[in-house]
Amino acid sequence: MTASWHDLARMEELGRMDTPIHRLDARAKAVVTLAFIGVVMSFPRLTLSALTPLLLYPVFLLSAGRIPARPILKKILVATPFALAVGLFNPLLDRQPVAAIGPVPVSGGWVSLLSILIRFLLTSGAALALVACTGMHRLGAGLERIGVPRIFVSQLLFLHRYLFVISDEAGTMRRAVEIRSGGNRTLRLRGFASLAGQLLIRSMDRADRVYRAMVARGFDGQIRIPRETAFGWRDAAFIAFSLAFFAAARLWNLAEILGRLCTETFP
Amino acid sequence: MHMADALVSPAVGGILWAVSGGLLAFCARDLRKTPRDNLVPLMGVLGAFVFAVQMINFTIPGTGSSGHLGGGLLLAILLGPNPAFLVLASILTVQAFFFADGGLLTLGCNLFNLGFFPAFVAYPLLYRPIAGTSPDPAQIWTASIIAAIAGLQLGAFGVVLETRLSGLSALPFQTFLLVMLPIHLAIGAVEGIATAAIVTFVIKARPTVFASSSEPGTLRPILPGLALAALLAGGAASWFASTHPDGLEWSLARITGNKEMIRPASEIHNQLAHLQERTAFLPDYGFRPAQHETTPAASETSAWPAVNAGTSLAGIVGGIVTLALAGIAGLALKAIPLRHKTAEQSRAGGEHP
Repeated sequence: MTASWHDLARMEELGRMDTPIHRLDARAKAVVTLAFIGVVMSFPRLTLSALTPLLLYPVFLLSAGRIPARPILKKILVATPFALAVGLFNPLLDRQPVAAIGPVPVSGGWVSLLSILIRFLLTSGAALALVACTGMHRLGAGLERIGVPRIFVSQLLFLHRYLFVISDEAGTMRRAVEIRSGGNRTLRLRGFASLAGQLLIRSMDRADRVYRAMVARGFDGQIRIPRETAFGWRDAAFIAFSLAFFAAARLWNLAEILGRLCTETFP
Repeated sequence: MHMADALVSPAVGGILWAVSGGLLAFCARDLRKTPRDNLVPLMGVLGAFVFAVQMINFTIPGTGSSGHLGGGLLLAILLGPNPAFLVLASILTVQAFFFADGGLLTLGCNLFNLGFFPAFVAYPLLYRPIAGTSPDPAQIWTASIIAAIAGLQLGAFGVVLETRLSGLSALPFQTFLLVMLPIHLAIGAVEGIATAAIVTFVIKARPTVFASSSEPGTLRPILPGLALAALLAGGAASWFASTHPDGLEWSLARITGNKEMIRPASEIHNQLAHLQERTAFLPDYGFRPAQHETTPAASETSAWPAVNAGTSLAGIVGGIVTLALAGIAGLALKAIPLRHKTAEQSRAGGEHP
């Protein structure tokens, strides 16, 4: 769990970079990513090869946005077992053969499990790529301009900002416990209650200090979110190209067409 | 408990997005009217607290395992239902964005399962009536445990229902339910214990904390809307359920399975015939009769991946070639130097293909 806080700081760092992808309007990226996830999930249950061309979208975001692939892949890998627990039973439950690799029949369960894995790679990769090459503050501003309630967006940005602060405090507390208990991390309930309760009280005090600091700087109850980007022709082109590509990948099995070309040209 | 995008159909995800989005908009509008200016920083910091407190584990008495706090009920107790719902929404958003924990399409589902039930059902209907206005420790313990268990049971039921309606998991409804509910009974008990422990500690250490949070917050103004949404969702759900090929479609598929053999081998004709099937919005069950002899020409335009070895080969080769191309495209894009930007960044990017 501790590692993930470093990851969070790393994501923040990546989001502040300056590349053509980072400069795209946050709204454009958010809308296209959501459309992407919708398209991926609209494929039938047993789709495999038709899904593969869609990998181009997260790969495009990550590589054109100069985001290193390793931390993103690591996050996806860590989340996989929890996310897919439900699909893991498919091979046991669905033994209907639907395909064959040479003489070996493949059951629907395996095909659908593999399909779920590919979908998970695509959808979570796209979501992580979106944040990594947009940054939370730009994404928040974009969401607000799309029409997401401002109080929710400002709250989201607050949460993100103080995540580092409060979790540092929690980390310090936990280290103190470890030092005093010979490396034992877990607590009895009573110890947990006082530790978590202290953390809660400290957090609320901090919120109060933050609020007073805001008031001292002229806070009038309205949070203003800076709008950095303007929607330009690049953004329009990005949306148009992406959506056209998604539509093509949805209508035709591009991978199979390519595969047939390969197998027929070089028999 | 967080549902991933990979297991939810766009229809189910979309309906719950609409429901949770509506609730979110309602809560946001309701909070705009509140005189408590300090609420937004408080909500943000408490959201961060819920994240951070998950770093602190405790031993569950009697077992060797450890548990940590989920936080839905605690937020409702501290802030009231409407702000708690907003905070939970932002927690789930951050989890999806930064940890791949829960998806974007499923954000509505997750918010409904993990936000609506604790904030708008468990807290106002169970916790408050049991705990009353000035509760003693025994009341807090009883109320927290009952409310947390109820909230998580409802949430787990939601997960099962949404997964089932999406049709991507082959898990039978009853089996799934029989697995999920007992697990979440235990998780709910732990959640209730942790919540009660924190609340009783804070009441003792800082009694003023709860003085300001007695704003009840109610859904009454939008109850008719919610009822309508529930009806629509129910109607839609039964419609989707009936599109699953339980009996009728199965036998139809068996009958029409023969048709494939006499279908003209014309590419365009087949493409058109399958266009509608391919663009179907819902993932439908696509079982084919186990042994149906088709020629490669007849089945290669099938919407389902590969029913015979010939198409399998094309699909596998195509898939691998596509993946390789995607990888090469990625490397090539990284190799293009960034214009008028620091050379340092592109070098850093180039090191990690």
